[in-house]
Amino acid sequence: MSAQKPIEFSGACPIPISQYPQVLMAHGGGGRLMHQLIGKMFLAAFHNPLLDTQHDAAVAELTGKKIAFTTDSYVVRPMFFPGGDIGSMAVHGTVNDLAMAGARPLYLSSAFIIEEGLPMETLWKIVCSMRDAAKKCGVQIITGDTKVVDKGKGDGVFINTAGIGVIEHEQKIAPQNVQAGDAILVSGDVGRHGMAIMAVREGLEFESKIESDSAPVHEAVLKLLKAGIEIHCLRDLTRGGLTSALNEIAEAANRTLLVDEKLIPVREDVQAACEILGLDPFQVACEGRFAAFIAANDSERALKILRANPGGIGACVIGKVSEERSADVFLKSAIGARRILDMASGEQLPRIC
Amino acid sequence: MKFLDEYRDGELAQQFAREIHRITTKPWNIMEICGGQTHAIVKFGIDELLPKKITLIHGPGCPVCVTPLEMIDKALEIAARPNVIFASFGDMLRVPGSTTDLLSVKASGGDVRIVYSPLDAVKLAEQNPAKEIVFFGVGFETTAPATALAIYQAAQKKLRNFSMLISHVLVPPAMEALLSSPNCRVQGFLAAGHVCAVMGYEEYFSIAKKYRVPIVVTGFEPLDILQGVLMTVQQLESGRAEVENQYSRAVRREGNQPAQDLIQEVFRVVPRKWRGVGEIPQSGLGLGDKYAEFDAEKKFGVAHHHVEESADCQSGLVLQGQIKPHECPAFGAKCTPEHPLGATMVSSEGACAAYYRYRRMPDLIGAK
Repeated sequence: MSAQKPIEFSGACPIPISQYPQVLMAHGGGGRLMHQLIGKMFLAAFHNPLLDTQHDAAVAELTGKKIAFTTDSYVVRPMFFPGGDIGSMAVHGTVNDLAMAGARPLYLSSAFIIEEGLPMETLWKIVCSMRDAAKKCGVQIITGDTKVVDKGKGDGVFINTAGIGVIEHEQKIAPQNVQAGDAILVSGDVGRHGMAIMAVREGLEFESKIESDSAPVHEAVLKLLKAGIEIHCLRDLTRGGLTSALNEIAEAANRTLLVDEKLIPVREDVQAACEILGLDPFQVACEGRFAAFIAANDSERALKILRANPGGIGACVIGKVSEERSADVFLKSAIGARRILDMASGEQLPRIC
Repeated sequence: MKFLDEYRDGELAQQFAREIHRITTKPWNIMEICGGQTHAIVKFGIDELLPKKITLIHGPGCPVCVTPLEMIDKALEIAARPNVIFASFGDMLRVPGSTTDLLSVKASGGDVRIVYSPLDAVKLAEQNPAKEIVFFGVGFETTAPATALAIYQAAQKKLRNFSMLISHVLVPPAMEALLSSPNCRVQGFLAAGHVCAVMGYEEYFSIAKKYRVPIVVTGFEPLDILQGVLMTVQQLESGRAEVENQYSRAVRREGNQPAQDLIQEVFRVVPRKWRGVGEIPQSGLGLGDKYAEFDAEKKFGVAHHHVEESADCQSGLVLQGQIKPHECPAFGAKCTPEHPLGATMVSSEGACAAYYRYRRMPDLIGAK
């Protein structure tokens, strides 16, 4: 959970009726409207020191042990897509949020909201996929909940997972710890999950099938920690893609980030699909990628470790943290000019021509 | 990526820029017609490579932006009706009408769907015979053939539950309207490559001659635009006013004949209001008599709605190239992508959206 600084909560609805009397899909799109909603409503109402760090997972101390705690809900449509399904995603996503706090994931909960009429066979396929993903990630699903809603009131199945992990190192990994000179790394090519989903959802046909990048990333993070890499912050690239992640960090750390368009890896088929639809691959979701802010001296070593990991061959340095303190992200364009790299407003909408 | 990276090459871009610097001796104002070109210019920072003497003026070629407010209001009214599936291209959904937008109508229960092609809306009509399917047909000559094909198919299939709210517009009459204005500063045009891919560029010869203005048909990648600027400046510096084609890999002089035939078959030329600009004679496409039954304005009885536009929004001046987006007092303050006053702030081809998204900072705007 992340957003702007919380404002004082007065009791009146903090998002005035005149602006948005209703929740729009854009309020869940990972862009600026969602951040306003989180900042003005949720952070304002619930605020406390742990929540206010706006990390992917909260880090708390329990009887001398540091733990990370997080939750996420999965509402993806279609439920099965090239490279994954809602079940494996519900495990990977929460495992990854824990990994972003530098934690070793241990336990997950799993709550199902199932729509009446969902074929049992479909549900079983999803459950098996969760079981296999949990086994692969080395986590156990230790508690859960089941609700069924009327036909038409759900979209097949919604899954919520919460996760607990243990932090076994002394590093402070948080947006506020980002420092001038840090190298900014991404763990692989960006935008693939979002385009895989959109291609299936909208029946777009390309020469080759775009597969989601959905995967657990905790092994890679634990290897970085084990090697003693000085990690200042980690952020997984989910909704809103690279641009939302970088802007969230810039804002929370009050640091200026500089990235180079030519260095950001985007697969050719993803780039082509984005060009056709008028979408920006830097704003498209990933489900198995993260950005890492690494002390400059350690960046080469970190890169080697990430690249040696399965699925990490595309890892690379895309920029650095500047001395300036403006909470902005700047991008050096392909032809060398400088511009803002802004997060999207709401959902990405395909253009006319 | 093949056919993309070679048009975004930094070293070649610098070579074009050096040549433009070398030949430019006087100040010139060049308008890029198309909003897609405006976005590429601002996104890649193409204007920053140009000599200070050259000013790029952003033109009216954003179909979402010029769709009149009353047409948006008609869309909102139809989309809110029960039993209607309202199909639209994605970037119309955030465009503000007088009181709301299509995304909010959807949140209130209206069945609003994003489609990628007008033909998808025809499919919806076949799949939902008990519903009325209305497609929001907007765009320039680029999208007109697809809209026309959808109407043609619907007629062939005798679909009674399909209609279109049409606000198609044409580029050449808008160029003439701009050039006839006493405030016109434009000395050369980059014509919109995709429009010309459909229509060819023969209709520009008379404009170039009448107004003594060079017109260069130009593509959308950084090197296309730089080469288009170079060709325009070469003409201006040597006192020529001709029509030239930079985008020859996509555009032929005569255009795409089958696409033009389809437009001829389905549409007729009509006067059209442009948002923020006013009515321009002979600047739109409406359904021909043979296809009048597919006119959603008539079908839903909304043909006579008229609405005045807000005075706060200066998008009309932006669309005519008279001010830059950040010179509007509302820019970034009263008007943002989350709370837009006009369509230019939310369309993926709108100039205000490009400036907000890529160079909101004073020092970036001040760069050129």
